[in-house]
Amino acid sequence: MSGQTVTLLEVDDLRVTFPTRTGLVEAVRGVSFSLGRERLGIVGESGSGKSQTGRAIMGLTPPQARISANKLIFDGIDLLGVSPRQRRALRGNRIAMILQDPKYSLDPVMSIGRQIVETLRTHEKVGKAEARDRALAMLEAVQIRDPKRVFDLHPHEVSGGMGQRAMIAMMLIAGPEMMIADEPTSALDVTVQLDVLGILDRLVSERGMGLIFISHDLRLVSSFCDRVIVMYAGKVVEQLKASELSQAQHPYTRGLLNCMPKIGADRHPLPVLDRKPEWAA
Amino acid sequence: MTSAIAVDRLEVIFDRFRALKGVSLDVQPGESFGLVGESGSGKSTLLRAIAGLAPVASGNITVNGKTLGARRDKAFYREVQMVFQDPYGSLHPRQTVDRLLQEPLAIHGFADGEKRIERALDEVGLGNGFRFRYAHQLSGGQRQRVAIARALILEPSILLLDEPTSALDASVQAEVLNLLEEIRRRRKLTFLMVSHDLAIITHMCERLMVMQGGEAVENLIANDLVERRVTKDYTRNLLRASEGFVRTAPEQISR
Amino acid sequence: MSAEATQSRRDWLLSERPASRMQARLGRAYVAWRRFSANRLAFVGLLIIIALLAVAALAGVLAPYSPTFGDLKNARLLAPSAQHWFGTDDLGRDIYSRILYGSRWTLYVVVLVAIIAAPIGLLVGTVAGYAGGWTDAILMRITDIFLAFPKLVLALAFVAALGPGIENAVLAIAITSWPPYARIARAETLTVRNSDYIKAVQLMGASPFRIVLRHIMPLCISSLIVRVTLDMAGIILTAAGLGFLGLGAQPPLPEWGTMIASGRRFILDQWWVAGAPGFAILIVSLGFNLLGDGLRDALDPRSGDQ
Repeated sequence: MSGQTVTLLEVDDLRVTFPTRTGLVEAVRGVSFSLGRERLGIVGESGSGKSQTGRAIMGLTPPQARISANKLIFDGIDLLGVSPRQRRALRGNRIAMILQDPKYSLDPVMSIGRQIVETLRTHEKVGKAEARDRALAMLEAVQIRDPKRVFDLHPHEVSGGMGQRAMIAMMLIAGPEMMIADEPTSALDVTVQLDVLGILDRLVSERGMGLIFISHDLRLVSSFCDRVIVMYAGKVVEQLKASELSQAQHPYTRGLLNCMPKIGADRHPLPVLDRKPEWAA
Repeated sequence: MTSAIAVDRLEVIFDRFRALKGVSLDVQPGESFGLVGESGSGKSTLLRAIAGLAPVASGNITVNGKTLGARRDKAFYREVQMVFQDPYGSLHPRQTVDRLLQEPLAIHGFADGEKRIERALDEVGLGNGFRFRYAHQLSGGQRQRVAIARALILEPSILLLDEPTSALDASVQAEVLNLLEEIRRRRKLTFLMVSHDLAIITHMCERLMVMQGGEAVENLIANDLVERRVTKDYTRNLLRASEGFVRTAPEQISR
Repeated sequence: MSAEATQSRRDWLLSERPASRMQARLGRAYVAWRRFSANRLAFVGLLIIIALLAVAALAGVLAPYSPTFGDLKNARLLAPSAQHWFGTDDLGRDIYSRILYGSRWTLYVVVLVAIIAAPIGLLVGTVAGYAGGWTDAILMRITDIFLAFPKLVLALAFVAALGPGIENAVLAIAITSWPPYARIARAETLTVRNSDYIKAVQLMGASPFRIVLRHIMPLCISSLIVRVTLDMAGIILTAAGLGFLGLGAQPPLPEWGTMIASGRRFILDQWWVAGAPGFAILIVSLGFNLLGDGLRDALDPRSGDQ
């Protein structure tokens, strides 16, 4: 738990509300947590508000939604108070985000290398040659074996795992202090998934970055992150150290852990989650 | 005893891409057989080839002792049915559950449609309240239950399952897996199930085949995986990956 | 009706748990209607079309004079007045009455063309899209040939071959307007052909005919309805164009295009003779366009079913 003393991000009572035809729908209902230079996992099922939490921090909430929070502070900057321009400058420069499918996040008509160079040059004043060198170095850092070749490829010419690495390289080129990864490996094969996680892991420990890892996969999050936040129906039901997941108190967390098939555990039928209305209250 | 499904040196070629390179398989009646592999391993292609949805270049497929030609007849579809991976894509967006379930009955000329639809919905735990809903009025788990009901309504003896729970939340996945097991027990069905998740396959199947790049890597029984008795490196990698992330020294991360 | 009853009926329609086929269908229609009526302009379009229908049905009651016989001696080319709202034409006929009766012919043309062209386009497009291969190539090349000519020119050629008259004009317009529908239906078919729900029906053992008819066509129909509605204005204009060229409805039939044609000789001095039917065409075309736009928003499957 090194570096826990520094607080990068503080979230207090975050709420995201969407207007719909039938009335207001609260996707996030009072979420509070803080992030240091660590790996923080946010786990929940679809509709738990985990992704909307990440988007709200990133400032990517759809315009029709309303965000409110007592505190949404990144390194002393009130994220809800700053102008859209400052927000954009923060995004990509000091805060980065990776999404589930790199195919939708990379520009299909621009080569991977150029995208990384452009990203770098919008945030820093560097010469073309230097930008290129740094982009190549970054591609190498995310363990792309032949960075020179990949530099000139377009997103559709690379595999899912390669695309996700390129995406990470692009996000990291500006040297962000905080990264939000929303299901970064769900679209990947299991073995590739672990490679990508390995890269993220190393970057966090080497660069001292704060990482918010959003996922539905409790098993993966608990093995990867330092701390885990479990969300249900827009609320945090439990916060705990990943190593203490087996001693989770909340019935939802325990149910979620329990209902997954495990190799060697001969349980027929599998225990199912008995959702209690009071969890959402 | 004749096999429920026997596949002999099956080749599937899309345009010029060899998706399956001579794969053989044998599934006994009443057995639950798993196909494991990553994307591009050909596991789904094998399933689709059996169902008649992939172009077979060479090799034989035998179902309940009958060798299949390029065209499947109606009798085949009463023996073999399939549940697709994506419950959002496998239900017609403009049809109610009722209409979806009626269609197979109409095609095969069943007279007691009403009773069968009610029974099928009960069997998958939905009940009559869902009968006149459209797909968009259902949750992912409910859609998959409807898809299972649709597959069961013709009373097949073999069910092909293409990652039936990979698009579902973990808690819903458990419910659907339990449902599938219960149905198999009650109806004495043969399962051929595809998944990328070793844990699901060992939970659901007695035997399994690991696939990679359109070829079979090895044949195992579920217990082999539990006791880590695997011979191929690829399987070992999969097995390790299924245990979650393990922090290692940087140089060991790359494959 | 009390507010409570209205509310409970709305709840019944919007129920997430319909208890019968009927309720499910009505609920779906109600949702589409709500989406449609939220669009003010589309509603105006609908009102125009309803007015057109009413006028066509009640022309006999509403028209103060005969549409075909005029008072040649006293009433030639009179300007609009309280007696003749839209004036009279060169044969002394009341233009207002002629326009009211003309609405019948407009509807006749529009409805017949839609009934003939839309199913042809739908059939050709879905069959080509689903079958693929040679069938697709042949059907689509035929479609391309039809698309290569301007609609009016092709219609002219057909009328010239079949002989002038409103029935032949309808036929000619129908023959020239199906290709775009075939294109739309084919495009729509291609997007759903490889979906899992069509695969699932194939696995039920359904014949290709059944799949096209019962599973693919219903998905194409909404975009087709939208397109046909938007095309209605064009059909009216083509019919009017043929009438104007003397190849459509023949005098003394009060068809709007024919009326403009006969009025063009006086267009500078007696503008109302050509102006009134022109205005009628404008209003009705506008109505169909607005309606089509509204239907697109209400029926478009891509706008989400939620």
